[in-house]
Amino acid sequence: MEHFTHELWVARWALAEGLLLTVEISLASIFCGTIIGLLAGVGLTYGTWILRTPIRALVDCVRGIPVLVLILTSFYLLTFAGINLTAIESGLLALSVFCGAHMGEIIRGALQSIPRTQIDAGRAIGLTFPRILVYVLLPQAMRQIMPVWINTGAELVKASTLLSVIGTGELLLRTQEIVGRNFMTLEFYGLCGLLYFLVNYLIERFGKLAGRHFALQ
Amino acid sequence: MGYSFQFGVIEANLDKFLQGLVLGLALAFAAIFIGTLIGLLCAFATMAKAQTPSRLVGIYVSAIRNTPLLVIILFVYFALPQLGIRLGKHESFVFSLAIYAGAYLTEVFRSGLAGVPRGVIDAGRAIGLTGFQLALCVISPIMWRNCLPALGTTFISLFKDTSLAAVIAIPELTYQARKLNTETFRVAEAWATASVLYLATCLLIAAGLRQLERRFPKF
Repeated sequence: MEHFTHELWVARWALAEGLLLTVEISLASIFCGTIIGLLAGVGLTYGTWILRTPIRALVDCVRGIPVLVLILTSFYLLTFAGINLTAIESGLLALSVFCGAHMGEIIRGALQSIPRTQIDAGRAIGLTFPRILVYVLLPQAMRQIMPVWINTGAELVKASTLLSVIGTGELLLRTQEIVGRNFMTLEFYGLCGLLYFLVNYLIERFGKLAGRHFALQ
Repeated sequence: MGYSFQFGVIEANLDKFLQGLVLGLALAFAAIFIGTLIGLLCAFATMAKAQTPSRLVGIYVSAIRNTPLLVIILFVYFALPQLGIRLGKHESFVFSLAIYAGAYLTEVFRSGLAGVPRGVIDAGRAIGLTGFQLALCVISPIMWRNCLPALGTTFISLFKDTSLAAVIAIPELTYQARKLNTETFRVAEAWATASVLYLATCLLIAAGLRQLERRFPKF
């Protein structure tokens, strides 16, 4: 035990840095992913078929490919296409696209559940479509989107562990490095799992609170 | 920089890709089978009147769902031997994916159970069925039908998760693609092939499940 606390003290900054990077990556990818998802979701619900078909194909493709394959593809392939991104950047890109596709489906589902008469009503009082979207549709859709959105945050924290495979120094890779030095697999993998659990548990709690906040009274 | 596609390498190694895909499917199948048993057991345990099973299941589900699968895989593969539990690569992966699947499937089955009408259960009790008969012949069929859509999504996502087996060097599809990528530098071809194979398999599973849903109309 004393050995473990000593090793933990030695590794404290590595772990803290890793955890920070994990949180940063998750936040950045959920931010970019939400924007992509919003565009995809609105396009899927209200676009003409010319817009809808390619988005549908893209979303289905991304959803049918494992995240790890997405990450590895963006890591290896973009370099060959002449785009030089760092491991973090290509990982972020893959996670954002993954998050975007899932958010797109979620937002489409929420928007479709709003009666079309709402659009007609908006039009009747002279609103343009962007305004109808912002003032009429999205606030109502928010009730369905919010709890799932926060859940997606937890999914992204979990998916960010996959970036360790392409050498991004987030929490899992840091743990692997520490374990490689002191061979205390049980303690440090256990600790790593616990840290992830705590982060996600907080997100889950927050999601439940938000769900209650947005629920119909 | 010019990059010209050469699918010859893929053709020569197509058997490896397909073997990888089959291995992935086999891993997924084994894990889903065990996971379904865990899920059923846990879901029915929450129906018990006593509080303890419910609480234990809650802890299990919350702990597993909030931990990344990759961490679970690495923990089972690298850390459990320290406790004297030594598993082979494949066994340890199936074990990890099964407990992961179990947690998700518990949730799925639980919501399926919640959708079983109270009256049907009371009716079963009224004609004198024992608890076991009630669960097997009355509750289960309705529950399975209720969970079919969610079950499909979970199965597909578990199949996609077998790509993580590449991290502990199990030669499934992602591993094969990565190997070919580093050996021949046919980057685009390798990843395109892997992506297409994953995509096709997922679509196939989805289509099969849709068929199943149509076959058994909603209760």
